[in-house]
Amino acid sequence: MQELVAELLKGNRRAAARMISLVENDDPQKRELLKDVYPHTGNAYVLGVTGAPGSGKSSLVDWLLKQIRKDDLTVGVIAVDPTSPFSGGAILGDRIRMQDHALDSNIFIRSMGTRGSLGGLSRATREAIQVLDAFGKDLIIIETVGVGQSEVDIVKTADSTLVVLTPAGGDSVQTIKAGIMEIADIFVVNKSDLPGADKTATEINTMLDMKNDQAWRPPVVPTVSVSNEGIYELWSAVQEHRRHMEDSGRLLEIRRERVRRELTEQVEYLVKNRIWDRVKEKIELESLVEKIVKRQKDPYSSAGDLLSKIKFYDQDSEEGD
Amino acid sequence: MDKENIKRIGQKKEIWQEQADQTSERGEPFITVSGRPVGALYTPLDIDNLDYENDLGFPGRYPYTRGVQTNMYRGRIWTMRQFSGFGDAFDSNRRYRYLLEQGQTGLSVAFDMPTIMGYDSDSERSLGEVGRCGVAIDSLEDMEVLFDQIPLDQVTTSMTINGPAAILWCMYLANAENQGVSLAKVGGTIQNDILKEYIAQKSWIFPPEPSMRLITDIFSFSADHVPRWNTISISGYHIREAGSTAAQELAFTLADGFAYVEAGIKAGLDVDRFAPRLSFFFNAHIDFFEEICKYRAARRIWARRMKEHYGARDERSLKMRFHTQTAGCSLTAQEPENNIVRTAIEALSAVLGGTQSLHTNSMDEVMALPTEKAVKIALRTQQIIAYESGAANTIDPLAGSYYVEALTDQLESEAEAYFQKIDDLGGVLPAIDQGFFQQEIADAAYSYQRAVDQGDLSVIGVNRYNTGEQAEIDLLKIAPEVEEKQVKRLKRLKEKRDGDAVNRSLENLKKSASGSDNLIPKILDSVKVYATEGEIVAALKEVFGEYREKPLF
Amino acid sequence: MTEKMIRVLVAKPGLDGHDRGAKVVARALRDAGFEVIYTGLHQTPEQVVETALQEDVDVVGLSILSGAHMTLVPRIKKMLAENGMDEVLMIVGGIIPADDAAELINSGSAEQVFTPGEPLDNITEYISSKCKSNMQS
Repeated sequence: MQELVAELLKGNRRAAARMISLVENDDPQKRELLKDVYPHTGNAYVLGVTGAPGSGKSSLVDWLLKQIRKDDLTVGVIAVDPTSPFSGGAILGDRIRMQDHALDSNIFIRSMGTRGSLGGLSRATREAIQVLDAFGKDLIIIETVGVGQSEVDIVKTADSTLVVLTPAGGDSVQTIKAGIMEIADIFVVNKSDLPGADKTATEINTMLDMKNDQAWRPPVVPTVSVSNEGIYELWSAVQEHRRHMEDSGRLLEIRRERVRRELTEQVEYLVKNRIWDRVKEKIELESLVEKIVKRQKDPYSSAGDLLSKIKFYDQDSEEGD
Repeated sequence: MDKENIKRIGQKKEIWQEQADQTSERGEPFITVSGRPVGALYTPLDIDNLDYENDLGFPGRYPYTRGVQTNMYRGRIWTMRQFSGFGDAFDSNRRYRYLLEQGQTGLSVAFDMPTIMGYDSDSERSLGEVGRCGVAIDSLEDMEVLFDQIPLDQVTTSMTINGPAAILWCMYLANAENQGVSLAKVGGTIQNDILKEYIAQKSWIFPPEPSMRLITDIFSFSADHVPRWNTISISGYHIREAGSTAAQELAFTLADGFAYVEAGIKAGLDVDRFAPRLSFFFNAHIDFFEEICKYRAARRIWARRMKEHYGARDERSLKMRFHTQTAGCSLTAQEPENNIVRTAIEALSAVLGGTQSLHTNSMDEVMALPTEKAVKIALRTQQIIAYESGAANTIDPLAGSYYVEALTDQLESEAEAYFQKIDDLGGVLPAIDQGFFQQEIADAAYSYQRAVDQGDLSVIGVNRYNTGEQAEIDLLKIAPEVEEKQVKRLKRLKEKRDGDAVNRSLENLKKSASGSDNLIPKILDSVKVYATEGEIVAALKEVFGEYREKPLF
Repeated sequence: MTEKMIRVLVAKPGLDGHDRGAKVVARALRDAGFEVIYTGLHQTPEQVVETALQEDVDVVGLSILSGAHMTLVPRIKKMLAENGMDEVLMIVGGIIPADDAAELINSGSAEQVFTPGEPLDNITEYISSKCKSNMQS
């Protein structure tokens, strides 16, 4: 395990790939690994790319990669596609658009299935970011599933978020109303060679202008992702937002928030596991379930009874999970 | 048929139906290979609306449902055109001359994958692919060898080439001139159908816009200089091979056809100037009747739209002429001799559907390139249909069949529904961009495979009567030396040609490509100084860029 | 603790564009609960191997219909081994004559070869059982 982390820090691509699999599969060694990796993280900037399916996110990321590589930055890409709720399987096809970069040793692309997560990212996206961060990538791009309204996780994860819209979706502005307005740091009107592009851009701008209280006014960048039109401008906008985030202290603030949330989650995770371990030690759960099924007991008072039978705090054990 | 008659038949059919319902049927569903349910019995009730003169008419007369020639095969049997090519130009030249000696009446060139994708044999992308599924052609020099001792004023040649069609066509034309044949006398076909590449076959090079420009440049150059050439073969074959249903093959192919017509008109050409040189290419799959109806419906739809929608007046613009190939995807590796029988049934459907030319697959094509013996049986299959079976004695013999006419109508209306959908998406190119065709085909391919796996569709020797026997037939192997030899030849050519002339011609080509000149004369200049296909494609890529697919499953 | 997800790379090396089989198989694998990474068409051996590495796949499925299998498959297998991925299960689908298939399997370049007509369930079950036994060993 130590060896794997050492290899990762040396820049071994296979080690990075394997470690992402381990965290993604919830391997028993996952927490130990992440603990070792953590001191080496905190250097990468995280860019989220979200937008409806068909808005051209993957092509846009492909062109962005070309542009970013001119600045000699190293990049990790995490492309998330939906997992089938029926079979648990997934087809991860976002790479197709990015295969020109497959042989660029400074770019590392990983496809992930959502595996039951509903917020537009996969269950282990955050952990995978940590791995790629420790791996030494300067920038990490997250391409979300793009189901429209449930793209909430990306803001909690990314330092800057692009929202990609197209003029073809006549309801795109509806989508904005439905809650994407708040998460965008930069709006991209992709496929802006199509009719209606100007109108879409104007509508977004009008809505943005109605809110005066913002420290950062999201720019609206038109692009054509089958060619490289607007890509330079888009990358400039990302850099500008990054500068804003850094200079205003906002970046530190959201990262602090993120750490707080992570810590809370970790505590909750440990508490939950520890309690369950105790519960399982002390009580034969199945027989209780049977009793509830037969309506001899109810789940509400049973839960209380369970907890009353165990001690919550136990100073003896270090790691209860 | 008068109302009284119809009513009486209707009453009697009800009685029959009641009795039929009480009989037991075999277990499996009665569906075509496209998954279409088929009724037990068709009667005059099913073609009650048929208007003979308007909907069927006479052979060689609008709307051409019964065929595009007045006397069809009584005048001349269809062209027997076996698609072939392998190894280097020397190997394929020998095969062509063999086929012509066996009574084949036209040539059809299969190129290898590097040629199809615009790479020279010495490109690293070509590794292991040179001469494998077709002949390797890098330059005019190879084209000269390919047609050595074959008089290009007497033989017509079809070339299956799309992305780089303009380049290979120019090589063919330059070679004809070298043989002393004037362009006015050269005849043949280039496939040149890029839309179906984006939709199904996936051998694209450039993005849609410059690709469409190359195609209209060919339309225009041909109209002026090569009047006997079929400038495009709008192909449903590959759409079907990719897994579409019969109705999708029909609808998507015709939609592509209309898109080319619109592109020609938009490029400023009069519809009757280029439409007579448009030809089509369909698949002959295993469901005998559905296929026949598909061809009949195709002719009728094309004629009506060309006349009513695009205002074509020249009757040659209204006639859909087409080539047919039996379905490669219907062949099985298990008990390959069965493929001879499948191919015969499919070929018969193409003939009864009124094809102008026909390729019959060889039994071993599902495993490798065909051997000489397998090719001969395939060609003999056509000759038996033509001269022994009697199928070519009378025109459109299945017309008036209740089932055939009802199914022809049904396919026509399904195609019309697809045209409406495509229009709603903004036309063929926007529909490609949105992945419409690709998704429809992927879904159909998956349903088909599931139907076979579940036994709803039977494939003999595969999911029915499978004996587990291994195939034991001779296969044609391409020696790895072919690649080495071809690469050496190419190296020698590059040493001995005038390098400066090549560079100048490529610079000129790029300049024209950035503007709006017709590119064909420039490409001709380049091939004549022995610029290679790969070099010409690379020059055009610099200006046009490359296409990338949309991922759909 | 969830069961380890089996990841399969479905790759189209070489120049042929016949992706009907690759896509149908990809879909069947998804419906059987695998995670499928699809490379798209026209991949070089180097691209296939690098993708397999970054995606940390358990299985590489190559679909080849252009006749280039005897060149491409051994090359990809060799490069996988050079990158420490000897244990990846290599399967090949497409138009592969029986004696070529035998040679690919005997030489260790491929574990299994599937040709047209193979029921989808056979392919998914094959991968499933192979991967399970690999994980136990």
